[in-house]
Amino acid sequence: MSAEHALPHGVPPPTAHHFVDLHQQEESEKLGMWAFLITEVMFFGAMFTAYVVYRNLYPEAFMLASSHLNWKMGGANTIVLIVSSLTMAMAIRGAQTAKRGVMLVNIVLTMLLGATFLVVKYFEYMEKWHHHLMPGPSFDTEAFGVWGPQARIFFSLYFAMTGLHAFHMVVGLGIMTWVFLKARKGHFTPQRYVGIEITGLYWHFVDLVWIFLFPMLYLLGAHYGLGAHT
Amino acid sequence: MSTHTHSNHVLPLSVYWGVFFALIIGTVLTVWTATIDLGKWNLPIALAIAVTKALFVILYFMHVKYSTKLTKLFVAAGFIWFLIMVLITMTDYSSRGWL
Repeated sequence: MSAEHALPHGVPPPTAHHFVDLHQQEESEKLGMWAFLITEVMFFGAMFTAYVVYRNLYPEAFMLASSHLNWKMGGANTIVLIVSSLTMAMAIRGAQTAKRGVMLVNIVLTMLLGATFLVVKYFEYMEKWHHHLMPGPSFDTEAFGVWGPQARIFFSLYFAMTGLHAFHMVVGLGIMTWVFLKARKGHFTPQRYVGIEITGLYWHFVDLVWIFLFPMLYLLGAHYGLGAHT
Repeated sequence: MSTHTHSNHVLPLSVYWGVFFALIIGTVLTVWTATIDLGKWNLPIALAIAVTKALFVILYFMHVKYSTKLTKLFVAAGFIWFLIMVLITMTDYSSRGWL
């Protein structure tokens, strides 16, 4: 293992003693991340199932309530997350190809895009707050005619699902800060970059959840005319 | 040893840009189709676009296409269990009115 001599001070040797070789170790690490992501699929899956049940029970109410969401902000955030997935993939590619600058710039870009998403989300939440669409005693049931209580279910699901998603973004930004510091110290090399690789898996997964949330929450009532009730 | 250390070979930039543009096109498509009243077809079309986008992300951005069979099995099993949860729940809810 001549590569060990090239490692910066304080970096542990690539292969831990309980693995046959680095290849087996990396496969285990990636598989472990996937095992975690599958628990995330089930975690979000429970909410998606609740959504499917209530949407099936009250399709008209869900369409009406959905038309009160700002599809432009949701759409802009969809694009922001897609770009952030691209920059994340580019950061990993930078690590694979030993291009330190590419890696660091793309890590920072990914974090900036993640922060942009959260800022847009903040303004969306404030807008809903001011329009009394936050589920609770001040919820404006009259805005939905006969479908008031059912629209409140939609908004409960909206806040639970997007809130949980936004929480994952915050956690992602925390992990990315760690990745940035590690990357700056030169801990990711073409021989050993699994840390940034599995962080990428997490980041892409959060993007994946949003790919489903956007049409399910924002676009149901779009054929009333986009932005008809916003 | 160094020969088999890297099962995850470096993908060409064109793959990442291709997936990126596919995802952007998918987003535009899903907004556009949502504005048209297609009755019961709105849902399946929106879902088909979302699943296609998800596959692009999983296979290329998350490198599953280039991963081991064990990883592929894990990923597939995760989504299959999710579908079981939705399907069994919905067979219950949608058949309650039949009694």
